[in-house]
Amino acid sequence: MLRFVVRRLMLLLPILIGLSILVFLWVRALPGDPAAALLGERATEESIAQVREQYGLDRPVYIQYLAYMRLVLRGDLGTSIKSRRPITEEISRRFPATVELAGAAMLFAVVVGIPLGFFSAKRHGGVFDNASLVGSLLGISIPIFFLALILKWLFAVELGLFPTIGRQSAEISIDHPTNFYVLDGIIALDPVATSDAIWHLVLPAIALGSIPLAIIARITRAAVLDVQNEDYVRTARAKGLASSIVDRRHVFRNAMLPVVTIIGLQAGLLLSGAILTETVFAIPGMGSWLAEAIEARDYPVLQGGILFVAIIFVLVNLVVDVSYALVDPRVRLS
Amino acid sequence: MRDRIRWLAGLCGVALVALVAAGCGGGGGGDTLTFGTASDPVVLDGALVSDGESLRVIDQIFETLVGLEPGTTEIVPELAESWEASPDGLTWTFKLKDGVTFHDGEPFNAEAVCFNFDRWFNFKGGLQNSSVSYYWQTVFRGYAQNEDETLSPSLYKSCEAPDEQTAVITLSEPSSSFLGALALVNFGIASPKALTEFKADAGTVDEEAGVFQPSGTYGTEHPTGTGAYKFESWERGDRLTLVRNDDWWGETEPEIGTLIFRPIPDNAARLQALQTGEIQGYDLVEPQDIETIQGDSSLQVLDRPAFNVGYVTINQSMAPMDNILVRQAVAHGLDREAVVNNFYAGRGVVAHEFMPPLVEGYAGDVTRYEYNPEKSKQLLQQAGLTLPVPIEFWYPTDVSRPYMPDPKRNFEAFAASLNGAGFKVTAKSAPWSPDYLGRQQNGTAGHLNLIGWTGDFGDPDNFVGTFFQTRQPAWGTTDHPNNEVMDILNRAERETDIAARTALYQEANRMIADWIPGVPYVHTSPALAFQSNVSGYVPSPVSLEEFSSVTLGDEESGDGEETDTEETEETG
Repeated sequence: MLRFVVRRLMLLLPILIGLSILVFLWVRALPGDPAAALLGERATEESIAQVREQYGLDRPVYIQYLAYMRLVLRGDLGTSIKSRRPITEEISRRFPATVELAGAAMLFAVVVGIPLGFFSAKRHGGVFDNASLVGSLLGISIPIFFLALILKWLFAVELGLFPTIGRQSAEISIDHPTNFYVLDGIIALDPVATSDAIWHLVLPAIALGSIPLAIIARITRAAVLDVQNEDYVRTARAKGLASSIVDRRHVFRNAMLPVVTIIGLQAGLLLSGAILTETVFAIPGMGSWLAEAIEARDYPVLQGGILFVAIIFVLVNLVVDVSYALVDPRVRLS
Repeated sequence: MRDRIRWLAGLCGVALVALVAAGCGGGGGGDTLTFGTASDPVVLDGALVSDGESLRVIDQIFETLVGLEPGTTEIVPELAESWEASPDGLTWTFKLKDGVTFHDGEPFNAEAVCFNFDRWFNFKGGLQNSSVSYYWQTVFRGYAQNEDETLSPSLYKSCEAPDEQTAVITLSEPSSSFLGALALVNFGIASPKALTEFKADAGTVDEEAGVFQPSGTYGTEHPTGTGAYKFESWERGDRLTLVRNDDWWGETEPEIGTLIFRPIPDNAARLQALQTGEIQGYDLVEPQDIETIQGDSSLQVLDRPAFNVGYVTINQSMAPMDNILVRQAVAHGLDREAVVNNFYAGRGVVAHEFMPPLVEGYAGDVTRYEYNPEKSKQLLQQAGLTLPVPIEFWYPTDVSRPYMPDPKRNFEAFAASLNGAGFKVTAKSAPWSPDYLGRQQNGTAGHLNLIGWTGDFGDPDNFVGTFFQTRQPAWGTTDHPNNEVMDILNRAERETDIAARTALYQEANRMIADWIPGVPYVHTSPALAFQSNVSGYVPSPVSLEEFSSVTLGDEESGDGEETDTEETEETG
């Protein structure tokens, strides 16, 4: 197990080098540059040249790349051109916001999706099954930003049940040692702040979790149907075990194997869906940050942000693979 | 299993109710106002920023020597009670207000004023970059030691403080546009003690990546001015909080005690936040949302007076545009009314001069060119040309500007009207930045191109001076200069008597309209949206809008509180 983990971690290095080169080139291939983005019509040829010179954008690309990698190896991801803050500082603020949102979305997707899939399988062919099939298709097909806007319009604007923006109401001000607002509320022993943070997560989590929800429900249903027809399930029932025990001990556990894999893969989808959800709900996370950086041609942010996201991806997939081995003793990590 | 489901459902229901109950009651309560912005400020130091969101917050914290009458570009006293210029226009003496203190308790005096000016004048290294100190460069042109040869010698020479209440600023050349520029909040006066203690200028330029990394905390944690609001806290991405300055020298005490700015980049999200009451106002309203807001009785739209101009550039370096008859034909061949009426959602007015009506120097009586395609054809024939006359007309893609929300539609309408007026238009386009902007500036964007300008400060020099005082490839004036126009603009800039100056700019505008270096076609009014119970917010053409005059009425009635003023009148 340990060798497996170490080997996977060592793969990180070539992945990151390759990715950093790709991102570096891609970002510079975008039309427009930060100079013109910063200055707009006020840009004169001189001022554009001045700005480009200040940010070293007039040097050959490979020199810029080497200079950047030297910074990265020192643990410094550079400074944002637009906000002039260190990128590592921005990440430490924005990453928890995205993780909190993605976590809430995944929680929603799992807590609703697995039972949904399970009961669809148990009553397969029936009304509930068909209804959840249609629901899943809708969930996968509706664009996230559209769903987000509809949810906001219905539940926030028309019904006034939920807030539309941000992570916390304007009246609440507590310290944020971890930048996970729910956790910070618990640490501060402030139930109002904690429930306020949760309240702000509900709509975004539903919007973002809609696709994973649909997928998890379908996969669970398929997995349960599969497992239910296995010999060992029939044996267990024949032995006279109560239906609920059979479901829990044999069906459910074995059906979870493919579902766990899917949940891990969904992590990637969540991060990309977060871009749209965070923008619509004005949540200051990694997604909205990268989206704004593209518009502003903020190269350091795009480079640093994408590298960071890539590292997270690799780590998450590693965790998924390891957990797969933990759940299924038959799996040998090789 | 069934029991478990019921139990689970019950738990969810209880949790939901608890959440909703805990969360209800959002929005501004009491004397708090939350304002939705398009993004976070960059830094709260006016000398180092040029973006609107930074300046919006800075405007509440800092004050300048002279100010503007709210809603106009008329110069009025602010931190300086009065001022006068020497006859040669080089020495400006400002008499400062007495008894004003900075937020940290330090006294506001002439020494502090000179400290600030000298600080800006002595910027070095990365601070001299135009993306940092753009406004100093625009107004004062250069620094004590220019590190870039494209910078001109500085207009600012020195500042003296003969006594506590008198500041004397000496220029290297006479200029009266500098007074209007002083109203810019970029020249807000900050506490010298705070600037030094919190290292406002400190930072390193990364040798390898070239980015200026600020290392002081002045602009992010300790911005210290004399304004009606003091900085309290700033959580990036979430909110920036200001509180009322109880020692403010202003005549009326601000009613808003706590001012919160929340960045909401998405336009639709801003509108929805206003509708739910999570914010009480926001800026940069999309034209398509205005109808929705106007139709909602709990909301209101405020218009900002027009301070921009959209125009069609004529490049006289490209024949036959150097022929006045051809330019007149272009002016008569553009159907400006149709474009403004159809593509600006009712927020535009047809322009006839290169500056908006409320800027001093607007003539109002310049030659007008009504849309008349037949006349265009006659003029072209008079010029000895065979019809149709082929021309290249450029427009930008991937962009929306306040004076030009949809460049392509403007272009298509203009091209169609020109094609019917004896021209044959070849359409050309490029992405806005950097291609289109670069081409437009160095004169390689065809015979005609679409562009515009939003004023920085309420001075005619900032409009017509920027365009026509120097020879520029964009207009083709490098090859075909108009010496009379340049001459009158030079004289106007040096004229210190306001009435004479205004007359000179008016004359310049008449000359420009006859010369036709381009065809201005629109001024637009950006809009702000507020809840109906917010009153006292005065939109300013240069977006200098103070919250110190804002009052919040009752949510139900939607009226501003009138009782305070009535009581004062009775007892006073």
